[in-house]
Amino acid sequence: MGELFLVEAVNDALHVEMERDPEVLVLGEDVGRLGGVFRATAGLQERFGEDRCVDTPLAEAGILGTAVGLCMAGWRPVCEMQYDAFSYPALDQLINHVGRYRWRTRGKMSFPLVVRMPYGGGVRAPELHDDSPETYYVHTPGVKVAIPSTPADAKGLLAAAIRDPDPVVVFEPKLIYRTVRGQVPEGEHVVPLGEARIAREGSDVTLVAYGAMVVVAERAAEELEDEASCEVLDLRTLKPLDERALLASVAKTGRAVVVQEAPRVCGFAAEVAAVLAEKAIFDLRGPVVRVTGYDVPYPYWQLEDAYMPSVERVIDAVRRLLAT
Amino acid sequence: MSQVLPAEGGLRRIIGDGEALPDGEVEGLTSDDLLALYRNLVVLRAYDERSVIYHRQGRIGTYAIFWNHEAMQVGSAFALEQRDWIFPSYRESAIGLLRGMPASTVLSWWRGHPAGWWNPEDYNVASICVPIATHVPHAVGFAWGSRMKGEDRVAVAYFGDGATSEGAFHEGATFAGVMKAPVILFCNNNQWAISTPVEAQTAAATLADKAIGYGMPGVRVDGGDVLAVYEATREAVARARASEGPTFIEAVTYRVAPHATADDPSIYVDEERVEEEKENECVGRYEGYLKRLGVLTDAQAEEIKQGALETMRAAIAEAEAESPAEVSLVFEHAYAEPPPSQADDLAELRRILDG
Repeated sequence: MGELFLVEAVNDALHVEMERDPEVLVLGEDVGRLGGVFRATAGLQERFGEDRCVDTPLAEAGILGTAVGLCMAGWRPVCEMQYDAFSYPALDQLINHVGRYRWRTRGKMSFPLVVRMPYGGGVRAPELHDDSPETYYVHTPGVKVAIPSTPADAKGLLAAAIRDPDPVVVFEPKLIYRTVRGQVPEGEHVVPLGEARIAREGSDVTLVAYGAMVVVAERAAEELEDEASCEVLDLRTLKPLDERALLASVAKTGRAVVVQEAPRVCGFAAEVAAVLAEKAIFDLRGPVVRVTGYDVPYPYWQLEDAYMPSVERVIDAVRRLLAT
Repeated sequence: MSQVLPAEGGLRRIIGDGEALPDGEVEGLTSDDLLALYRNLVVLRAYDERSVIYHRQGRIGTYAIFWNHEAMQVGSAFALEQRDWIFPSYRESAIGLLRGMPASTVLSWWRGHPAGWWNPEDYNVASICVPIATHVPHAVGFAWGSRMKGEDRVAVAYFGDGATSEGAFHEGATFAGVMKAPVILFCNNNQWAISTPVEAQTAAATLADKAIGYGMPGVRVDGGDVLAVYEATREAVARARASEGPTFIEAVTYRVAPHATADDPSIYVDEERVEEEKENECVGRYEGYLKRLGVLTDAQAEEIKQGALETMRAAIAEAEAESPAEVSLVFEHAYAEPPPSQADDLAELRRILDG
């Protein structure tokens, strides 16, 4: 297939999976006629019809709530939340039902739905088009969470999510939707959930990241090349977390810097740090250091570069860690 | 022809009072149907009354009473086919009994035992929905999704007057209208949301008025009149099957019991009104109707009631005879393929529990 932008790989995955399985349908705001505000669903309605690529009313809880009912009727709905923060009204359905319904039926009924949404900042957008809400989702039992950082993984993780028998939320880093092209396998391509990826090999320190922060970590690793050998671990799936890959990398390097765009307190980096504290304490040669967004509302976009974890902040964290 | 007679407040009714208000009839219902409706009412009444006693005896946990709501549940469910789906709230916890679900299953639910969590596909009854109105979009999605699959299945979501204030109701009803979903939004307006009266719930003149905003008909019916409820639902089902879209039914009754066993309504309710409404409760009203019609005798009524009580005695015994819940069920069924961490958690828990 050659090189695609990340958002094009999402679109490719939807085409391939909808072709493969006639029970997959896409629903969301502006996903049909327009093809999505980011064009992620472009061409689906023409190809699969209005029943399988549905323009819905502007009602996120309605989208996710009807998706629960669609699952009960035998569909595999893929819901688009137009932007990260627009998904908050749907948390009602996510927490009360999406993550609980299989359990409620004692495993007799499956809820194979997918929620996908562009997330994250750095795009010079109005308020509430910049959030990183992954922790709310990760914290919800019964729900899996994946976040790709490359076009190939965007396709493969979405395909895995669509095929999974359980609800999966896929966050797509909109900052890198159309920045870097990457090789994407043609046709069916599945990246299993729960498997991290070593984006760059190293031996002195592990930079743990996901989504758009993988790119930041890779750049920091590059700039630090003469001072330290940095391994970059792209988690790809936050839940279930690939603890084996995380522990193996830290066993090798003895140091970890965790990078996340979301605010710091109780963010996913805290979970990574806790896992390392519980299971890798004797491998660690220094504290686990977090580089995160701050515990403030996402700022005015003229100041967003100061808020977002930067290459400089990651480099600073690595230097501090190596000095301990 | 059916006779739909206006009662006070413009509510549709069929059942009269044996005095000034004449009885009507519903076209197409046989004597057997009329008796089946009665049996169903008695089954639910027995379930409810026994449950309050079982709660006082400490045999079930907190329980949401549905006394005087039976006519709404029985009348509407009778208008459905077995293939149609019911989406109950906790106020309709025992509605599955009308679909062949054992009473012990529902008692187990209120006992907090896993045996109470049924497979919805066994009865076409969704799980009991606790968070208010959040199952409305489920029923809508199910109905819409069934139609897209070419299946002739109608869905009914049950909820109370307070639920119409929730966002989930609004979003679900909006989708129902836009998708022309074959769904019935059945509102049991018992005029109280715990301590909040319906006047404080909305400034709308009636809850049925809300329907117009979603592009669907809103029907008001006497919720204590099982025949009027049946007939209104039958019309809504016919609309749904004819691809004419959703219907909102507002069935008006009065909550004469506490919201739940943990509630003390003496703080907020008008006791005189409660006593008045109790006099006119729905099972007795229908019993009077059938007797005036000569379809039911005192002896038959007594036999049906005794049968229902017997069923409940057996059901509570069965629920109490369930083996203690297996601790692994803390973890099972959260995921189709549990993450490895769950096996570790279970092993640790077992080690500690086993001492």
